[in-house]
Amino acid sequence: MADTVLFEFLHTEMVAELWAHDPDPGPGVSAGLRGEETGATKGQKMSLSVLEGMGFRVGQALGERLPRETLAFREELDVLKFLCKDLWVAVFQKQMDSLRTNHQGTYVLQDNSFPLLLPMASGLQYLEEAPKFLAFTCGLLRGALYTLGIESVVTASVAALPVCKFQVVIPKS
Amino acid sequence: MSRPAHRRPEYHKINKDLFVLTYGALVAQLCKDYEKDEDVNQYLDKMGYGIGMRLVEDFLARSCVGRCHSYSEIIDIIAQVAFKMYLGITPSVTCNNSSRNEFSLILEKNPLVEFVEELPAGRSSLCYCNLLCGIIRGALEMVHLAADVTFLQDRLKGDSVTEIGITFLKKRDEKKYRRKK
Repeated sequence: MADTVLFEFLHTEMVAELWAHDPDPGPGVSAGLRGEETGATKGQKMSLSVLEGMGFRVGQALGERLPRETLAFREELDVLKFLCKDLWVAVFQKQMDSLRTNHQGTYVLQDNSFPLLLPMASGLQYLEEAPKFLAFTCGLLRGALYTLGIESVVTASVAALPVCKFQVVIPKS
Repeated sequence: MSRPAHRRPEYHKINKDLFVLTYGALVAQLCKDYEKDEDVNQYLDKMGYGIGMRLVEDFLARSCVGRCHSYSEIIDIIAQVAFKMYLGITPSVTCNNSSRNEFSLILEKNPLVEFVEELPAGRSSLCYCNLLCGIIRGALEMVHLAADVTFLQDRLKGDSVTEIGITFLKKRDEKKYRRKK
């Protein structure tokens, strides 16, 4: 059946293509997404948000497909634990390696061998490129949380491949 | 737990859905970026090409296919081994001409469109699954076979079946090297 490798290849291709997207596309393209580029960093931010947005959509849809019994959570921490165990296993065939929180809405999820970074390198090589490969997954987490009733901001950071940390911040209402 | 979490059937389904959903999000994004259907189709084909070039190595590593002696053997491998391995379906194969270099894969089921009921409004020429054409083309090219791969029929466009046409372009080299999807 649809192997995990298909998703990984598609993800790699998406990162490569969306990154290389022409920043000055011409009249036919919706201006909302591309617009005028003032510099490389603006282009970078837009590409990352496109990938994150796609991840969000997919995360939402995946969230709706999760097994029913998991949807009765008593508290926020249960939801995060669920993401670290069940969602991560379903998507990446492994659990998140650690979950930390300050019990005030900030959670740090650490994966010591993140599958989308594993084939790239280990150590500091390609550190600059790593964020591109995390954007989709940040969106995925945010989308799954959203389906489970939680609005959040998810960012990721890499100190050395393939270890990465996802930071989930849930604002207090 | 009676068995490891990742073997539970519902997670297997989620994993399969992940690719299909991601593909859907990609097509939606491309439709936002490009007004013309032809541009989206071309982009999907190009991305598929990049994937196919790498996928063929993965395929060769996983399968134990031997040397092929004809185009129709290659097509059979694509339909019965590769499609089965990656998408869980087995398209049927027809040969469309007497010189035996034009073939069709007929897809009864297509997992890529599982969540797609119809093409978006105003997108009647969109080849939703064009990534597949690119993948096949890229994979064949990596084993030194040039081919044209296009959708001849598409259920999403109202045809009765989904049909991928593969036309091999060059005379197959007699040299002995592995060529599979």
